[in-house]
Amino acid sequence: MRRKVLYWEDVEIGTEIPSLSKTATSQMLVKWAGASGDFNPLHYEFTFAESQGVGRPIVHGQLKRAWLVQMLTDWIGEEGFLRKFSCQFRTMDYPIMMKSLTEPVEEKVSHWCKGKVTNKGVENDEHFVECEVWVENEKGEKTTPGKATVIIKTKEPNHE
Amino acid sequence: MLTEEVTKLIGKSGQPMILEVERGAIRKFADAVGDKNPLYWDDEYARNSRYGSIIAPPGFFGWPVKWDSPMPFLPAIRDELIMALINAGYPRIVDGGIEFEFCQPVRFGDTLVAVAKISDIYTRESKGGTLVISVTETSYTNQHGTLVALACQTLINR
Repeated sequence: MRRKVLYWEDVEIGTEIPSLSKTATSQMLVKWAGASGDFNPLHYEFTFAESQGVGRPIVHGQLKRAWLVQMLTDWIGEEGFLRKFSCQFRTMDYPIMMKSLTEPVEEKVSHWCKGKVTNKGVENDEHFVECEVWVENEKGEKTTPGKATVIIKTKEPNHE
Repeated sequence: MLTEEVTKLIGKSGQPMILEVERGAIRKFADAVGDKNPLYWDDEYARNSRYGSIIAPPGFFGWPVKWDSPMPFLPAIRDELIMALINAGYPRIVDGGIEFEFCQPVRFGDTLVAVAKISDIYTRESKGGTLVISVTETSYTNQHGTLVALACQTLINR
């Protein structure tokens, strides 16, 4: 059950973060609204979304942020610590609308979270890695670019 | 043009908001993301981890103990800002992005105090007209008085 440990020495500039696939359904957006407290009708009300100029309900930016955070925490494991994270919501993303309760919608990937290492170093006795991260849509466009700094374990002796 | 109703909010802090970090709320959040990390789900696993208990995913700070607005997490100060922007003729609002600095893990059972401050409001011209960019900085401090995170959120109104 215990996960593998990511060591600083095993990460290089250019190393790709294992990607994470997501299926944004209208149901997921409803769950996110309830769990995050973002009840903006922009994410579930067609008429409102239209009046706001986005066409139809869009995926919450903060949900995309949470996907990227999951990709990072999956990668660094529980021995790692996410120190800094930022992202910008540049392009709208749209959910897959559910037409029936039985459709195998989970098999369809709507978005990919990806990232790569841009820098690494040691500061204040902490071994850090900087990354570029992003959410990609089906067309391969980076809709949600971001950056992260993680602190991970070292193989050097005398480090907890 | 920004109205005085808008510009007078620059630098203003809101009332502290008290947040409780409940285990069920953590799981509901993780479920919505689709995150099956056992640190959020499995008590025994989490107890034996370096954290010693269930923790919250980075970026989840629990749920407020009371709220007056339809949006539980919208601090009154941001509610005020949004109303001022609507009155000034910028009713369309989108989330521009967020920046976090995480200092300490948030654990199940924590009580946090969040203080939001409008740090900046400025305009930028775009193809579609004037955009109003507003930045809200929020600090989260736990029951031991330790700063656990800082968040900096950007809203774009047009």
